[in-house]
Amino acid sequence: MARNWLKGAQSAYDTVVIGSGLAGMTAANVLARLGHKVLLAEHHYNLGGLATWFKRKGGHILDISLHGFPIGMMKTLRKYWTMDMADRVIQLRNIRFDNPQFCLRTTFDRADFTHILLERFGIMLDVVDEFFSTIRQFNFYDELKMTTRELFEKFFPGRKDVWRFLMEPITYANGSTLDDPALTYGIVFSNFMSKGVFTYQGGTDQLIRAMKAELESNGVDIRTHCLVEKIYVDDDGVRGVRINGDDIACNAALSNSNLLTTIHKLVGDEHFDDGFLKEARRVRLNNSSCQVYIGIKKGEKVDYDADLLFSSVADEYDTDKILSKDVTSRTFSFYHPFIRPGTNRYSVVSSTNARYEDWASLGTKDYGRDKDHLIQTTLDALSHYVPNVRKIVDYVEASTPKTFKRYTLHPSGTSFGTKFEGLKISRELPQQVAGLFHTGSVGIIMSGWLGAANYGVIVANEVDKFLRSVNSQSPVEAVTV
Amino acid sequence: MTRDEVRGAILDILSEIAPDENIESIDDNRKLRDQMDLDSMDFLDIVMELRKRFNIEVPEKDYEHLATMSGCIAYLQPLMLKKQVAN
Ligand SMILES: Cc1cc2nc3c(=O)[nH]c(=O)nc-3n(C[C@H](O)[C@H](O)[C@H](O)COP(=O)(O)OP(=O)(O)OC[C@H]3O[C@@H](n4cnc5c(N)ncnc54)[C@H](O)[C@@H]3O)c2cc1C
Repeated sequence: MARNWLKGAQSAYDTVVIGSGLAGMTAANVLARLGHKVLLAEHHYNLGGLATWFKRKGGHILDISLHGFPIGMMKTLRKYWTMDMADRVIQLRNIRFDNPQFCLRTTFDRADFTHILLERFGIMLDVVDEFFSTIRQFNFYDELKMTTRELFEKFFPGRKDVWRFLMEPITYANGSTLDDPALTYGIVFSNFMSKGVFTYQGGTDQLIRAMKAELESNGVDIRTHCLVEKIYVDDDGVRGVRINGDDIACNAALSNSNLLTTIHKLVGDEHFDDGFLKEARRVRLNNSSCQVYIGIKKGEKVDYDADLLFSSVADEYDTDKILSKDVTSRTFSFYHPFIRPGTNRYSVVSSTNARYEDWASLGTKDYGRDKDHLIQTTLDALSHYVPNVRKIVDYVEASTPKTFKRYTLHPSGTSFGTKFEGLKISRELPQQVAGLFHTGSVGIIMSGWLGAANYGVIVANEVDKFLRSVNSQSPVEAVTV
Repeated sequence: MTRDEVRGAILDILSEIAPDENIESIDDNRKLRDQMDLDSMDFLDIVMELRKRFNIEVPEKDYEHLATMSGCIAYLQPLMLKKQVAN
């Protein structure tokens, strides 16, 4: 008989959080601390969503999305998690670029970028200063018409090399392109520029374990292997959810599942206005990713002096080329032993942005062949920097958009949620259905570890407000559906 | 609550949100943001704490009243009095 993963669960909670990505977990933690009874349901066997890792024979631990985040994550961990987690945030100082236009090294902060723009690219100091202060002043309510392309055209006309320097890392960080609103670029890029790129000492596994412990100590009922199949809604709003075939009552459902899945599948179109649905249908998903995970033999070391390397053989920055299955650009993350002190192990992860369509339609044989091709060409590209990589590698594996879809259930395996328009739809859900909330990667600015976690807090605030207003009226009754 | 008590309650919240800041030296008439390293998430935390501790709901349109300490006191004191009366 299948194990009952809901054994011992209560029949009603104040709120059910659907999905344990960084947004879902952070929201669950904030809500539990505010005194609400929270159930956190995750379909996978691990918590973390895309903030994940896997282990393989030979002592390999491979991280999926620990390439780096802005300094803001330290404060977010301190305020909504624990001081110990915040103390583990450390800087990655060694960021490199290598492409036909330039080859350089940076600490990826404003001072160093200013220096490079002046010395290397010959840009005037006042132009650089004005560029930085312009993008820092962007705020949410700004005019959204300007695209990042127009922003670059304005400050660095015709300087495709400068555009690449400023844009390529952000395209990797959140899938955005020159055609997305300059506002999204300004917010994310400024977040990085404030102090540089940071990582979490201990690795993703340590972080998620610590988060799980913290959630439990705050009373969150955590359930893995629990797929939320349906959010029940009646005329008064959310009534409950169906998990693995069982009904659980709640006044508020907070979905960390993909925005479009939440609307069309979990709730159902019949519960939304036509106008809202029309707008929701226009929301574009962001792209997906491919990765190659390279575990290095015990006792061997990777002799390359970088934490992150943006490597490309394309003649200039071009989103289509970055997304193409014919890979020309890769981000290599070098995991040195200091990431997991005491283990003395190295690994390298290569990431590329990718399109779901390019992988979804392949038959088993072609899929296997293309994955192997991806692995071999990645090792070739890496041997340019680490000549003996094929000698010291012990374990290699690749993931594709199909892999991301399977583990996160995100349509088209989207790595970074939706394009900008998704944020408004996410924010408006509670006006459509009382007690229905969404959090997680949307709108470009709310993606990445920092964006997702902070968006979890922003929406938790709304859920708290809502729950206090209903609790002051009537207690939760068990659902009859 | 007296004016001083309201001020103390706000300082208490601020010290929790921004433990590294020297809150003793806050000038009531200058913007909090110019005196401390506060971002929009910190303001959200202030709003959540006010709801949790005093059951006071600050709607988004009123966030501007929280820009300075004296603004906070002027905005919050009547609301806190109302709660006291209701209790
Ligand atoms: C390859 C790659 C590299 C990245 N690198 C970085 C990086 O270096 N730095 C950075 O800051 N960000 C990075 N990111 C982005 C970052 O990982 C994500 O933006 C962030 O982790 C997303 O968090 P989230 O809360 O939106 O949810 P997700 O992580 O998407 O999690 C959603 C969760 O909900 C669960 N779920 C969905 N539907 C259901 C259901 N019906 N029932 C139960 N559970 C459900 C899923 O299983 C999943 O656990 C990377 C992403 C990818 C793909």
